[in-house]
Amino acid sequence: MSAKKGMEVSIAASVAAKLARVEAIAAYPITPQTHIVEHLAELVANGELEAAYINVESEHSAMSACVGTSATGARTFTSTSAQGMELMHEILFIASGMRLPIVMAAVNRALSSPLSIWGDHSDIMAARDTGWIMVFCENGQEVVDSIIMAFKIAEDRRVLLPMMVNLDGFSLSHVIEPIEFPSQEDVDRFLPPYAPLYTLHPDKPVTMGAYAMPELYTEAKYSQEMAIRNSKTVVKEVMDQFSKEFGRQYNLVETYNIDKADTVFMALGSINENIKTAIDLLKEDGKELGLVAPRLFRPFPGDELAQILKTKKTLAVFERVMPGGAMNGPLYNEIASLVVQNGLNIRLENFIFGLGGRDVEPEELMGVFDRISASSKITHADNKNYGVIGVRS
Amino acid sequence: MKSLEKYTDTPDFEYATSGHRACQGCAEILALRLGLKVFGKDSIIAMATGCMEIISTPLPTTSWRLPWIHVAFENVAAVASGIESGIKILMEKGKIAKKDINIIAIAGDGGTTDIGLQALSGAMERGHDFTYICVDNEAYMNTGIQRSSSTPFGAMTTTSPPGKNSIGQKTQKKNMPKIAVAHNIPYVATACPSYPFDFLAKVKKAKETKGPAYIHVLSVCPTGWRIPSDQAIHYGRLAVRTGVFPLYEVENGHYRITYSPEPLQPVAEYLKGQGRFRHLTEDLIAQIQDRVNLDWQELKNYSETK
Repeated sequence: MSAKKGMEVSIAASVAAKLARVEAIAAYPITPQTHIVEHLAELVANGELEAAYINVESEHSAMSACVGTSATGARTFTSTSAQGMELMHEILFIASGMRLPIVMAAVNRALSSPLSIWGDHSDIMAARDTGWIMVFCENGQEVVDSIIMAFKIAEDRRVLLPMMVNLDGFSLSHVIEPIEFPSQEDVDRFLPPYAPLYTLHPDKPVTMGAYAMPELYTEAKYSQEMAIRNSKTVVKEVMDQFSKEFGRQYNLVETYNIDKADTVFMALGSINENIKTAIDLLKEDGKELGLVAPRLFRPFPGDELAQILKTKKTLAVFERVMPGGAMNGPLYNEIASLVVQNGLNIRLENFIFGLGGRDVEPEELMGVFDRISASSKITHADNKNYGVIGVRS
Repeated sequence: MKSLEKYTDTPDFEYATSGHRACQGCAEILALRLGLKVFGKDSIIAMATGCMEIISTPLPTTSWRLPWIHVAFENVAAVASGIESGIKILMEKGKIAKKDINIIAIAGDGGTTDIGLQALSGAMERGHDFTYICVDNEAYMNTGIQRSSSTPFGAMTTTSPPGKNSIGQKTQKKNMPKIAVAHNIPYVATACPSYPFDFLAKVKKAKETKGPAYIHVLSVCPTGWRIPSDQAIHYGRLAVRTGVFPLYEVENGHYRITYSPEPLQPVAEYLKGQGRFRHLTEDLIAQIQDRVNLDWQELKNYSETK
């Protein structure tokens, strides 16, 4: 194992793509994704990475070109944020429907309007049902490890689906963190070259992207749905194998201090480090709070979450996206479904936070814990089902 | 009499097989059937959503005996960019054997001149080694004859209907070949399957071109043009002979008219008999004639400039 290096997480993400020996990259610049694609361009320009680098004219074309490169059998990587993800939205569904194992670093950012270049989960929540496998990262090390694992998961013949590695814009993408990089030899052993089932090549002509009449569309989508549902096993396998090879254990759902705590928080991404800090600070006051953090978001780790939540009394779900007129935030809605399906007896609370890059410090999270502890049901302003942390209405 | 052997080693092999669902008399599938013979077996097709896609590939069947991919409507040039780049890097890395593989992008006029223009511009600017074929039937025929920017002035479509306050399509046909030329790509041509050998010669040149090649094919659509299904070839010829759709090529910026129809027949002979132009008045026909004369003169001027 090599020593840890201090590095900006975006640069580390591109180094991870290089370690995965990506063969094709098509990307269009958008803040805060830029450092990833800039550094990849540099690696290709310097001959450190032998890959096709396509400077497309839009994110729509980025994902379209990725479909093209992946269909030829090239290991394909891209990255985008916010408006870029919205522009490629149409093709996200096609990439998954065509079962192409493209890997994307999704640098999560707020959606316009109003325009905001800063981080939140508006982009990824709008893309959550596109049929991509999705993981969320808490820190730079996870980003590096997840990108390497993503190719192994996506390219597994039991899976063959594209995969997104989510990292928060700025609060994760632009921070410098100590990161341990596996050696190229170790990565090569862990991640062999992509061996595609079908490719576009004259030696064996195939038709890709045919259309389906009503007699077949449902069956085609059903088989795709089964593929993403079943991918959970492979994600778990790959995480376990990664742990054996590299010594860092990842789980579908991460937890922190849940044994003693009756109340747990749930969130996605880098905020979980702040929640852990809040948990540690609360502990100093003799208060117990736990964290349940789905690392895997698609497929949704329902069974694993139910197993953890069945002994808990209160769960507060924190989300970096406005519900857009829905009952609650998207993660809460899934949890509510999970609670009903599993007959869990648990109090649920929902908080929106950190929109458009707004900071949420551990003290505010501790305040939420105190509010939850002080009453059996929080009444939110304006008769909403959720609270919006720090909003000036 | 010239024969197909001049353009292809496999004149009898059909890469676009029978059994597809194209309308009777469709000149578009005819163009592809002929053109693909020239490209031959070492080819990969990326096709935009549109008539040719929808008539050929209902799951689990296909009409294509070549590797073929359809992704969406507006992105065929980007998909082809990816295929070209993917094939190239895999060859460079020794993952697949080195050989010449033709990358072909095919889209209709809507998929090219409207919704796909940005992706096409990007792919031409980046200089990918591919041939883009626009099969232009002058409207969104697949969705039921709606106007595109390639629909000619005066034509009736379902979204440019003539009426008390409408003459039909009120804009001039977008000059897509000229837009391609403006990208300084090595080869641009117009063609029509009514002149098959002219078309095949151009496909051959496009195939042999290193870098982007663009061929704009007028593809007569009996269904959308409201003509009898046995008249597609005839109307393609009239389009050329009247100067409405001149046949030319532009090699490294140099224009050359490949078939001169002078003296031009009056456009009225082309418009006559097409249901989509039935409502045109003498005045409108005169306007169309003036425009054709102007465009033809402009093309001749370009062709004479060395």
